[in-house]
Amino acid sequence: MNIFVCVKQVPDTETKVQPNADGTFIETTSIKWIMNPYDEFAVEQALLVKADNPGSTVTLVRVGGVKDTEALRTALAMGADDAVLVEADDNLDSYTIAKALKGGIEKAGKQPDIIFAGKQGIDDDALQVPQVLAQMLDLPAVSVIVGYEKSGENISVKREIEGGALEVYEVSTPCVLATNKGINTPRYASLPGIMKAKRKPMQQLTLADVGVSEDDKRLKYSDFKLPPEKPPGKKFDATDEAKQQEVVAEVVKLLREEAKVL
Amino acid sequence: MNFKLSTEQLEMREMAMKFAKNEMIPKAQEYDEKEIFPENEFKKAWELGLVNTCIPAEFGGAGFTALDSVVIGEALAYGCMGMNTSFMANDLALLPIVIAGTSEQKEKFLRPFTEEFKIAAFCLTEPGNGSDAAGIKTTIKDGGDHWILNGSKMWITNASKAHQFVVYGTMDPNLKHKGLCAVVVPSDLEGIVMGKKEEKMGHRSSDTRSIQFENVKVPKENMLGKPGEAWSIAMKTLDHSRPLVASSAVGGSQRALDCVKEYSKQRSQFGVPISKHQAIQFMIADIAMKTEASRLLVHKAAWLLDNGERNTEVASYAKAFAADSCMQNTTDAVQIYGGYGYSKEYPVEKLMRDAKLIQIYEGTSQIQRLVIAREVLGK
Amino acid sequence: MAKVLVFSEVSKDKVKPVTLEILGKAAGQDVDVAVFGDLSDEQVKVLGDYGAKKVHKLKGDNLDKYSAEGYSNALKGFIESQGYDYVFSGATAIGKDMMPRLATQFDAGLASDVVNFIFEGDNFSATRPLFAGKCLAKVEIQGPKPHFVSVRPNALGMPETPAGGSAEAADASVEAGNIRAAIKEIIASASEKADLTEANIIISGGRAMKNSENFSILHECAEVIGATVGASRAAVDSGYASPDMQVGQTGKTVSPSLYIACGISGAIQHLAGMRTSKVIVAINTDPDAPIFTKADYGIVGDLFKIVPILTEELKKIQN
Repeated sequence: MNIFVCVKQVPDTETKVQPNADGTFIETTSIKWIMNPYDEFAVEQALLVKADNPGSTVTLVRVGGVKDTEALRTALAMGADDAVLVEADDNLDSYTIAKALKGGIEKAGKQPDIIFAGKQGIDDDALQVPQVLAQMLDLPAVSVIVGYEKSGENISVKREIEGGALEVYEVSTPCVLATNKGINTPRYASLPGIMKAKRKPMQQLTLADVGVSEDDKRLKYSDFKLPPEKPPGKKFDATDEAKQQEVVAEVVKLLREEAKVL
Repeated sequence: MNFKLSTEQLEMREMAMKFAKNEMIPKAQEYDEKEIFPENEFKKAWELGLVNTCIPAEFGGAGFTALDSVVIGEALAYGCMGMNTSFMANDLALLPIVIAGTSEQKEKFLRPFTEEFKIAAFCLTEPGNGSDAAGIKTTIKDGGDHWILNGSKMWITNASKAHQFVVYGTMDPNLKHKGLCAVVVPSDLEGIVMGKKEEKMGHRSSDTRSIQFENVKVPKENMLGKPGEAWSIAMKTLDHSRPLVASSAVGGSQRALDCVKEYSKQRSQFGVPISKHQAIQFMIADIAMKTEASRLLVHKAAWLLDNGERNTEVASYAKAFAADSCMQNTTDAVQIYGGYGYSKEYPVEKLMRDAKLIQIYEGTSQIQRLVIAREVLGK
Repeated sequence: MAKVLVFSEVSKDKVKPVTLEILGKAAGQDVDVAVFGDLSDEQVKVLGDYGAKKVHKLKGDNLDKYSAEGYSNALKGFIESQGYDYVFSGATAIGKDMMPRLATQFDAGLASDVVNFIFEGDNFSATRPLFAGKCLAKVEIQGPKPHFVSVRPNALGMPETPAGGSAEAADASVEAGNIRAAIKEIIASASEKADLTEANIIISGGRAMKNSENFSILHECAEVIGATVGASRAAVDSGYASPDMQVGQTGKTVSPSLYIACGISGAIQHLAGMRTSKVIVAINTDPDAPIFTKADYGIVGDLFKIVPILTEELKKIQN
């Protein structure tokens, strides 16, 4: 089987996010880059499928900057076989990324059987690329998957929806599958794996090589800013029995409308 | 001059830290309290290539440099100095073989550690001889077609878990340094008697015991080098093992630093987070400085080894400075946490208890100073 | 005035509230709503009240169950036949899955999971959170029309008063096309509560709970909002709650959207376990309890009186 995994490199979750000077993005000068956590589950799932299907290969595809290559190196160290890197900025929109990924997959020269991806990038939280890519490739896709099983010639996957319920899908291959946390436990890259990773083939392409241009840009971001400060805590006196109902109703209303957690 | 770690070293450190945080830290408190040997974590670390870092590539090892080893060691010690003592003891016990073994001995005694999860232990110290290592009384006598090993060893890490020992003994106590021999002893030989597990202040998950060797018949081919050469083997081993043990103190210091950074921002007193009080700030600054200085000494000691230069003096700087700093840093960490630091609910009291041993083993801080003075004044 | 289509999911015969939120914000544009299958006249009236001009009931084979391919193929055909400038949906599980596919059918851009939007003359822009909400940015869509937008439920808020109006309903025939990923069965979520470390809402009890039986009032409240029940170390040490419920330095570290601390003083050990909660509510009789310095909403009062009232109020908003 030819298994592909789309990986993204994102700022570490602990990063202190600051809008840059002109509000066009965040400050990236002292960012620690990591593999998108949801993609780790995708890489692990690809490796599990590879183990089940001897003779398979796992090819990584990434669209992003070449200065830092943590995401690909970690995934190669985990056991992926080779990688395609399409050089681009790290803040493209989903449509452009998907188109570049499609181009990268095509340049790899292998017909994909399964394309894994994480369900979302923790940078833009767009949750678009898997279905966009699938539509561009004219393939079926299931996202937010937490279970994977063979089902004859097809694949049976469990997709998580609201309220923790699960939809069980039957998908034909080739297909795109986007993983959620909990589908597996990603392995550590072993130290020997880390040493081997640098010798694994990595094809480097430009956006032009994969037919992507400025015209493909679909979203324009501006005016990056920090969310408004949390208002100072509000304290309500509910010692008077007569007022208790009113106080609680008010707090529930605030939780709903102000804090938006209900 | 380049102070940067290579990309691979950064990745290895990243991965080892992930292991330390996810596998070691969650268990450290419990293993310390209940004196549980970290069998699972040791095995997992072995599977990931984090232990036995001294084994050369030609004998199945990873072929890591000394700098690689100390980077990994620091990260594992960050997770738990006690568990790391068990992991590190493998390297301490395999290094003499790496340094003085013949090809056949390396094949026979090193390679199995790369193919299967095995534990090793290093036996030098005796009840009556610690710092005065040259005066050890365990005897290794010529028994014709085997060596006969007799004696009593003390404070042996991994004692009852080890598959293989390296034991130092003497042909004749009167010969002092010149009588020393080192033999590789498989743990299944007859006559090896384990003492009871010592109950210790810290590194409590480590299996530490006395071992009696009673007329143990050791195959002739298991001696490292010739009889009387073991002192020089031991000295060369220390050049490698002192930086490694020192890196463990750096890991402990770093952990103390990360703890106090977080706590001092959460805890408030006199209306502000205590991180705003100068007394606390000064302690934190000292912890930070000493941690980085320790790290640099450890890295230099390793770098000298990797570049074929004599590192004995700097290895002693690293061991003494890192261990003493770790003791001070972890003590300050408890101080910064105040009453909560004294409680087992918080992780810093364990760090302080663990730090103490590093000033004692692998050459006390006092012995290190003797070595340093000799080096410095000798010039 | 832009020609807008709002795709609406229907749940238990009612349109999902996010549809009405979108209609409220899109007031002033020429807005249609599309649903799959049938919709009661009463619901059509509601949509009209909130500003929809037409309600299209899309019908075709293989559309009774959701599929990304089926829904997007069907909507593509419908949208093409009508010529909309903008297509909206709630960013529900279905919306998040289907809209990217649908937008790509038009090679168009999608601004997903926006928390606000505005039509200013010919211009449209939205606000979306990035980096797990650590920052917000303005987003504009460029390229071929229609432009697609999915809106986070509960972010806009329901409009104050419906715009008032009436909607025409009509059936429309659509084609699901080839479906290669199909739902075979749906597994309802187990009634087991989420693990504390994964829970989205947590309600915890402290020493003031007085005994383990009293925790039942917390469980009742939790049941209503799908929360998990936790406890402080004091409660666990006193035997009022089991150790696996403990939140704090020696217990679990949790990070829910909402943490309700009942009769918990807020000592540093407890805070260590829950301080990264998005919103903290505290209920305590002691107005000087340290927890009030960390709470977003503090209620000074007896938890035995307050919590049951809270349970009732929460039941009301569920309906």
